Amino acid sequence: MAKTICLIDASKCMGCRGCQAACKQWNQLPAEDTTFEGTYENPSRLSSSTWMKIKFREQDNENGGVDWLMTKQGCMHCSDAACILACPAGALYRTEFDTVSVDEVKCIGCNYCAGVCPFQVVGFDRLANKARKCTFCIDRLQNGLKPACATACPTGSISYGDSRELIDKATKRLSQLKAAGKTNANIYGLTEVDGTAMLYVLEDNPEKYGFPADPHVPIQTRLFNAIYAPLRILVVVAVGIGLWSNWNRSKKIEEAKEKPN
Amino acid sequence: MTNHWNDYQHSDVMMAIGGNTAENHPISMKWIEKARETKGAKLICVDPRLCRTAAVADLHVPIRPGTNIAYLGGLINYILENERYHREYVEAYTNATFLINENYSFNDANGLFTGAEDDPVRSATKYNMEDWQYQTDEDGNILKDPTLEDPSCAFNLLKEHYKQYTISNISKITGAPEDVLRESYELFSSTGEAGKAGNILYAMGITQFTHGAQNTRAIAIAQLLLGNMGIAGGGVNAQRGQSNVQGATDMAMLYHIIPGYNPCPQQTQATLEDYLATTTPEKNWWSNRPKYIVSLLKAFYGDNATPQNDFGYQWLPKLDGLDHSHIPAYKYMRDGEVEGMICVADNPLVGGSSSRAKLDYQKNLKWLVSIDIVENETAAFWKGPGMNPAEIDTEVFILPAAAAYERDGEKANSGRWITWQYKAQDPPGNAKSDLWIVNEMFKRLQALYNAEGGVVPEQVTSMKWDYDGPDGEIDIVKVCMDLNGYRVADGSLVTNFVGLQDDGSTACGNWLYSGYYNNLENPATKKRIPEKEGLGFNKDWAFAWPLNRRIVYNRASCDLEGKPWNPDAPVIWWSEEEQRWTGNDVPDIPGTWDFEYATENPFIMNPEGVGKLFSIGYQGVGGLRDGPMPCHYEPADSPVDNLLYPQATYNPISQRFYEDHTVETAEERERYPYIATSYRLVEHYQSGSVTRNMPWLNEMMPEMFAEISEEHAEELGVNNGDYIEVESKRLYNGGDQGSIKVKACVTKRIKPMMINGEKKHIVGLPMHWGFMGMSTGASANDLTPSVGDPNTTIPEYKAFLCNVRRSV
Amino acid sequence: MNLTRRSFLKLAGATTAAATLTGVGLNKASAAIIVEPLRIKYSKEVYTTCTFCGVGCGIICNVRDGIIVNAEGDPDHPINEGTLCSKGSSTFNISYIYDEKGKPRLNPNRLTEVLYRAPGASDYEVIDWDTAFDMIAERIKDTRDRTLVETVDVGGQQVTVNRTNAINWLGSAWCTGEENYLFHKMVRAMGVINVDHCARL
Repeated sequence: MAKTICLIDASKCMGCRGCQAACKQWNQLPAEDTTFEGTYENPSRLSSSTWMKIKFREQDNENGGVDWLMTKQGCMHCSDAACILACPAGALYRTEFDTVSVDEVKCIGCNYCAGVCPFQVVGFDRLANKARKCTFCIDRLQNGLKPACATACPTGSISYGDSRELIDKATKRLSQLKAAGKTNANIYGLTEVDGTAMLYVLEDNPEKYGFPADPHVPIQTRLFNAIYAPLRILVVVAVGIGLWSNWNRSKKIEEAKEKPN
Repeated sequence: MTNHWNDYQHSDVMMAIGGNTAENHPISMKWIEKARETKGAKLICVDPRLCRTAAVADLHVPIRPGTNIAYLGGLINYILENERYHREYVEAYTNATFLINENYSFNDANGLFTGAEDDPVRSATKYNMEDWQYQTDEDGNILKDPTLEDPSCAFNLLKEHYKQYTISNISKITGAPEDVLRESYELFSSTGEAGKAGNILYAMGITQFTHGAQNTRAIAIAQLLLGNMGIAGGGVNAQRGQSNVQGATDMAMLYHIIPGYNPCPQQTQATLEDYLATTTPEKNWWSNRPKYIVSLLKAFYGDNATPQNDFGYQWLPKLDGLDHSHIPAYKYMRDGEVEGMICVADNPLVGGSSSRAKLDYQKNLKWLVSIDIVENETAAFWKGPGMNPAEIDTEVFILPAAAAYERDGEKANSGRWITWQYKAQDPPGNAKSDLWIVNEMFKRLQALYNAEGGVVPEQVTSMKWDYDGPDGEIDIVKVCMDLNGYRVADGSLVTNFVGLQDDGSTACGNWLYSGYYNNLENPATKKRIPEKEGLGFNKDWAFAWPLNRRIVYNRASCDLEGKPWNPDAPVIWWSEEEQRWTGNDVPDIPGTWDFEYATENPFIMNPEGVGKLFSIGYQGVGGLRDGPMPCHYEPADSPVDNLLYPQATYNPISQRFYEDHTVETAEERERYPYIATSYRLVEHYQSGSVTRNMPWLNEMMPEMFAEISEEHAEELGVNNGDYIEVESKRLYNGGDQGSIKVKACVTKRIKPMMINGEKKHIVGLPMHWGFMGMSTGASANDLTPSVGDPNTTIPEYKAFLCNVRRSV
Repeated sequence: MNLTRRSFLKLAGATTAAATLTGVGLNKASAAIIVEPLRIKYSKEVYTTCTFCGVGCGIICNVRDGIIVNAEGDPDHPINEGTLCSKGSSTFNISYIYDEKGKPRLNPNRLTEVLYRAPGASDYEVIDWDTAFDMIAERIKDTRDRTLVETVDVGGQQVTVNRTNAINWLGSAWCTGEENYLFHKMVRAMGVINVDHCARL
């Protein structure tokens, strides 16, 4: 796991979406055209111009009441990152902060990364023909600033800092929540995909928030990586496949996007 | 706010009632979370919906819109019945012991206090308040019973008044389950213990009712009983909705006051002497009023204000005893009396009540000036829905203004912190700051009157207006000096309002702001030194009115000996060594007062010197028009009869302007069976004129919607995201039913409520949309009634009746 | 991580060394370093107050060549300590929006000219400030002079009242204290008594 991480305490998220706007503001991302689809959550999915958002989920709870679960969704910056393994061009890379970034110069627009991501956080920019996603605000980290989302968060639901300290904080928070009767509360991202640089404290099971219960790198991706990784020369081939695949996939994604929810 | 934002960290229990703080004041949650983290504080959210605050609160109490007094009356009763009040505080710092005239009574059948009579001016009921007064001896001293045994003492009248506010009754009225009510009362009343702090924070979900002022009174009574006033972490905390709504109120952008909370002269106050005689009490703070008024008149009329001409008093327009707030002003517009309107960054066609009717009334305007950063609905009314521009003869001027960071100036936040904002960039194109606009506009008007004369031209030309700098454009520092106050003889700035005089030797535009700019090099309002250690008072950050005091009435934070009730969060204390008051905050005690006097008068703004459990106007200060204690009345659009006062239904003193405007009959209750409430979302701001032109916010909240429960949706045959039509009596016109068309948000977060055994559905409507801007949609305020609180005439936006149909 | 204003300044101004990309990143253990220049470097920082709710959060505007390029929470401000909600975080949008290519441009709905709509007209025409002020002053004077009530009889006594009910003034909480003070002076100098603002609206 990275030396510095973000801890996202979902129990403290009030859904103000300061982070969601701050992400766009800092990263100079345009707004998307959206429609109201019966939930506060919007846009409906992450994209090349929406790198993170707050998820809203309503559910009946055991006490006869209702829980309104809210938390941030965005790139998890996995230790075992499927996108890095899948990228034939080596555009997805691990940074000096142990986070995952896209090198746009290298990106060939094949969109493999989007397909294999267990969290579905990679967007595709049709205009530029590039994969785009949360950078963990690496430009801010490199200059000693916190990521924009963690900077904006009013309640401390998103905090940034030393991983050991934050894991400790997460553990303490978990026991508080358990003591308060949240029996399904859990820490998410500690062991999943070898640990993520976005560590969560959740009040309920991950699926209740819309996260995969058991995120993992697809076996095909590992095979692909095992075969091609040592043979860098074959990257050229991959580039060729990638270009074709990109065209094909982006077409499919566009088709899927056009379908109503 | 009596306290301030950072001070929330000292609360033990916080109650957000009629204010969705996580959504509308998100950064408040920073300090609420800090209290929860550091001292295990609890947050109670009282709200009809499971809103974003309720989602993170420790306890959610769902009450029916418009039943806050019932809920808070239940709290008051719980505190009294279970003796949870802070006895020492109540006896010494409130009017609990004061004896009230024995003729005072309250009628449980019709919900009227003694003294009710017809008001021919308003065709309504009003009160003759003589019988509500204190009992006095021959010298005028108020009679008291320190044992609290006399049945006429305020404490016992309070007890008697609220004894039927039992949990069982309150559950029937509000629809909240009894166990939830009990839990919330138990939790909040735990702060009655000395050293504990309870904080009630609220917003427009308390004030926007035909009994809005009494809602806040109910909060004040509960906080006084629990000893929560004046202490750190306590208070009655009105969370203001706009960045400078506190400041705009301080500057009296309201018909009934002039700057500094001084009443606007009435025609019954023919001379300055009459005015001061009827508004100045014998003792305590407002006895200084003549100094503030004369200094204000000097700031207004400069050298033209002399003792011989009552300092220009006759140039101030005098009120006619009628209401001139925006609801009646639009009625005057309908009737053809109002022919011109100047609208500064305001948008009543979305933000005002019964907005579709207002759209029509604006056709009667000859001219309209709109000063804003965007073209809002009010300015664009002539091309609004159903309008034919060719038939509308209104001349419209739109003056392009500057955004906040495109101009210098001061803003006062909810906690009364007057903070300087600096200009970061020029406004775009030919847009200009409001300060530049008002300066040029008024100079032009004065020049016109100087050149041509006219009717009472002195009223216009005598106004002191000398704010130009060397470049011929406005110099803001000159305005700041006016507001801070100065000595007329040499123009030197006064340190603070203690230096103001009533002889014309000083000028000050607003006594409360005196001290904010008393130093040209390093004005207090521009101070930027955050507190490194301490209790969060941040005395060197900006300037808080009055006198940089962060918690008002802070004498009450100490016991009778002058020791803090809570030594862990001491606000001020009496220093034996120094023989003076000192502490972390500026003591709310005039320097001339001795220890005993300060202890007897901790609430220095009240002539009686104490907090009022029983609220009456005393020596021309305070008092409400609709009774000395809050009563549960239904909203004007009442879904049920009044369970407590069967003959009353809604507030009998409320301000009503239009005939046949609200739901009155059983047949109408059937036609509009659902209870609607309007509110804000974090993603948009007020009438949305700015935020609906901000793409990042539109992306998150793109369209107008209405929230309904799953059960309600099933009854209506509506799916999540379907279009529905919402109707109210305000759109019913001689058999034609208009409606607003919105998307349905079918949610678990709203549940039907059981009101006295009857199931009632709740409909939630955000208020932000209109027909202009990048994101357009129906306005919730097309549906809201133009009825007002008797004291403030704030409209009843938060509780009204509607019908909902599936859109076909 | 507790980042103070002072370190914000220092770090924002620090020079960062650029390094070249090494490896193709197929190995998850490999570390690649691309140091991006901070986009607010060399900008002027201006303190402002958020224009939305009554909390009064501090915002820092980063200004380059007279144009705001970034607006985020002021870490030194004791109330918000650098944090902001969605509206505050979107402050930049009041002036500028990003197009699809991520290029900033002036918010197209911001007003940049004085507009006048004549009776019966179906659109506005652009006029200059001088013309607008002259026209407005004439209209105020015309309305006021026709409608001003100078005195009324109160209990047999003639009382000077100097008021007009023919003009309606709606002020705003968007204005600063200084602006509202001058607006108030103007309102009362015209004899206007229909005055209200967002506290009621």
